[in-house]
Amino acid sequence: MSWMFLRDLLSGVNKYSTGIGRIWLAVMFIFRLLVYMVAAEHVWKDEQREFECNTRQPGCENVCFDYFFPISQVRLWALQLIMVSTPSLLVVLHVAYREGREKTHRKKLYVSLGTMDGGLWYTYLISLIVKTGFEIGFLVLFYKLYHGFRVPYLMKCDLKPCPNTVDCFISKPTEKTIFILFLVITSCLCIVLNFIELSFLVLKCFIKCCLQKYSKKLKSSVC
Amino acid sequence: MDWGTLHTFIGGVNKHSTSIGKVWITVIFIFRVMILVVAAQEVWGDEQDDFVCNTLQPGCKNVCYDHFFPVSHIRLWALQLIFVSTPALLVAMHVAYYRHETARKFRRGEKRNEFKDVEDIKKQKVRIEGSLWWTYTSSIFFRIIFEASFMYVFYFLYNGYHLPWVLKCGIEPCPNLVDCFISRPTEKTVFTIFMISASVICMLLNVAELCYLLLKVCFRRSKRAQMQRNHPNHALKESKQNEMNELISDSGQNAITGFPS
Repeated sequence: MSWMFLRDLLSGVNKYSTGIGRIWLAVMFIFRLLVYMVAAEHVWKDEQREFECNTRQPGCENVCFDYFFPISQVRLWALQLIMVSTPSLLVVLHVAYREGREKTHRKKLYVSLGTMDGGLWYTYLISLIVKTGFEIGFLVLFYKLYHGFRVPYLMKCDLKPCPNTVDCFISKPTEKTIFILFLVITSCLCIVLNFIELSFLVLKCFIKCCLQKYSKKLKSSVC
Repeated sequence: MDWGTLHTFIGGVNKHSTSIGKVWITVIFIFRVMILVVAAQEVWGDEQDDFVCNTLQPGCKNVCYDHFFPVSHIRLWALQLIFVSTPALLVAMHVAYYRHETARKFRRGEKRNEFKDVEDIKKQKVRIEGSLWWTYTSSIFFRIIFEASFMYVFYFLYNGYHLPWVLKCGIEPCPNLVDCFISRPTEKTVFTIFMISASVICMLLNVAELCYLLLKVCFRRSKRAQMQRNHPNHALKESKQNEMNELISDSGQNAITGFPS
């Protein structure tokens, strides 16, 4: 089980997505998953070993590291990627449910399994809303946990057993800040894409309903 | 999720590229991605562990390392390769959109004389003409911009492409100007120069491809203009014959479908 599993799952979603959904998938795969795996993971590799406090007091470094990083940024990033990818699976499950229904009734119940009409349209909409919710939620969590998106080079720590206020130095703060900003920008881009897709779907449905009402009115006036 | 996935994405674009484009994809994956993965990552693996400063002051090494290497070479190369490869996706998306539209027209009964079935549409090689030509040219243009930008960022961040064996650092909390020693500076310089050279070669290939596409379009246009000048009646007859053929095929389809278009 690794990121390949998530990649294979998401590739299946591609068939049932709109055009904007496919752009979202491409951004997810290339600018988030791939960048995480080939670059970001390695930046945080030695974060605790290279975290150094200006004291020889045993335990002080451990306590300070745990206080400043309750959960490592890179692990939060990984959780975000997983949580944001999984609502798309709702769509795959719904299509599988449709397939199951057609097999049980042994007749064609839908125009095609992947056509976005009826229940599948609602499932897709819900998955978009949940995805956007997770994205925004994680960004807010990141901001609150680390007091912004910048990683400082120095932090002052006076927790027990540190004898006084000691200076603690974080490794590679600039590189970490660059990658966190990259994460925030791609996250915002995905949020924007989700909003555009949401508006597009709602607008399309609204126009379709209006046209149907208009054609019904026309038919009833002719009759 | 690794470079293999990127290779799958970009490999799909290979079918619709020019010959120079195919050479470019090969150079990217063999001389850059593979070298990055099998060699460069090993060389830079212990970069911070073996970065040593001549002081016992805690925090001095961290601060000096962060000052001299705001972003590691390896990460910058990885980002460069990702950014340089992604414009090719514009072409892939355009081809996918073109095929989707063609399949939609086929299902409506419009292009039945050109294709036997929907699978035929998917297998057809799309020619670099019309709007695809613009997409392809823009993708090459963006590639060149990204390559040049990353090379400049590299030069700017590390003051050149050569890594010194000693750096002087006097940033707080270092007590005074201390000597800091980089691990394996010569090997890193060799790989840096190799990656920069591969980058330059890729840029030259992109420029050559751009010139080739522009020349092809100019040549095609001048040939058409010449044909019109030499055989104006012939050109007019040909275009009229084409119009007639379209009208006949349209009316034939209307007869089959039973209502006017």
